[in-house]
Amino acid sequence: MSSHEHEHPHLPEAGDGMPGYYEIMETAVRELLVEEKVFGPGEIRHMLEVMDTRTPALGSKIVARAWVDPAFRSRLLANGRTALEELGIDFFEDTQLMVLENTDTVHNVVVCTLCSCYPREILGLPPDWYKLKPYRARTVKEPRVVLAEFGTVIPDDVEIRVSDSTAMIRFLVLPQRPEGTENFNEEQLAALVTRDAMIGVTKALTPVEEQSR
Amino acid sequence: MVLEKSASAVPAEALDSARKPSVVKAEGAEPLFKAGDAVRISIRYPVGHYRVPTYIRGKRGKVEAVIKPAAVNNEDEGFGRNAGVKRHYYRIAIPLGELWPGYSGGHNDGLLIEVFETWLERSST
Repeated sequence: MSSHEHEHPHLPEAGDGMPGYYEIMETAVRELLVEEKVFGPGEIRHMLEVMDTRTPALGSKIVARAWVDPAFRSRLLANGRTALEELGIDFFEDTQLMVLENTDTVHNVVVCTLCSCYPREILGLPPDWYKLKPYRARTVKEPRVVLAEFGTVIPDDVEIRVSDSTAMIRFLVLPQRPEGTENFNEEQLAALVTRDAMIGVTKALTPVEEQSR
Repeated sequence: MVLEKSASAVPAEALDSARKPSVVKAEGAEPLFKAGDAVRISIRYPVGHYRVPTYIRGKRGKVEAVIKPAAVNNEDEGFGRNAGVKRHYYRIAIPLGELWPGYSGGHNDGLLIEVFETWLERSST
């Protein structure tokens, strides 16, 4: 995957073997940028620290808020970045956030066929399967089969919309609020919103599913 | 981000601009396509950095939305060439049946993907 990590510079992993071509290139470019004072080594460390604070819990909080607050939901669907700022979440990359709403007639699922574009600011690091070729290649070609392998069977009359995240936009799926949650508070709702539901490969958990986890 | 669902010029605007001194927009400042336009993805194989996957080249689709704000062309940026010209990305909808002949899932299933303006051609269908 190292050839695709140009957008997300990392310090090299501690490995046993000799560094590969792209690791050497990354080191060379990073050292040059530090030498030319484009940024300092402390900024790289700080960015890694910031990344480590981002987990799917942030995404769950956003979804739960959208479920209980229709006005926030509208703003979130209109502009993901500015709606996140209301919750004090800074979307620090130079990308946009588009929130895709699942409904009775539309199911959204997100993939990056070219690499591993992912809303890291609100979901943290992507799962390994998201970065591997089978998911990337098959989701745009046979999404229903892929979803079924995740245990998600979508009726034929529901439109599947596959968003291939390749350039300037990152995507968050807004799953449907499960039934039987009318009296749930935001915290209880957030517990039903899994990372996978926000990628669109599953639905949000039902209260029964959440209890049996 | 603002998604322009409709960018068509209205007659009132044309009338308005006749009264005011004309404004010359920067190249690429205005989107060339609008929501609903039929497009075809170019078939090209440039050398270097680009973000148009091969599986959509030559395929036909529709503009679902114009993505704002305009952005630099990352194919040029990859070579350190950026003279300040920005163009738009578009969210393009392509039916999965167009991408994969014989697709057997739901007939409304589709792909949505961001494509930079330089990769889009007008299409009659």
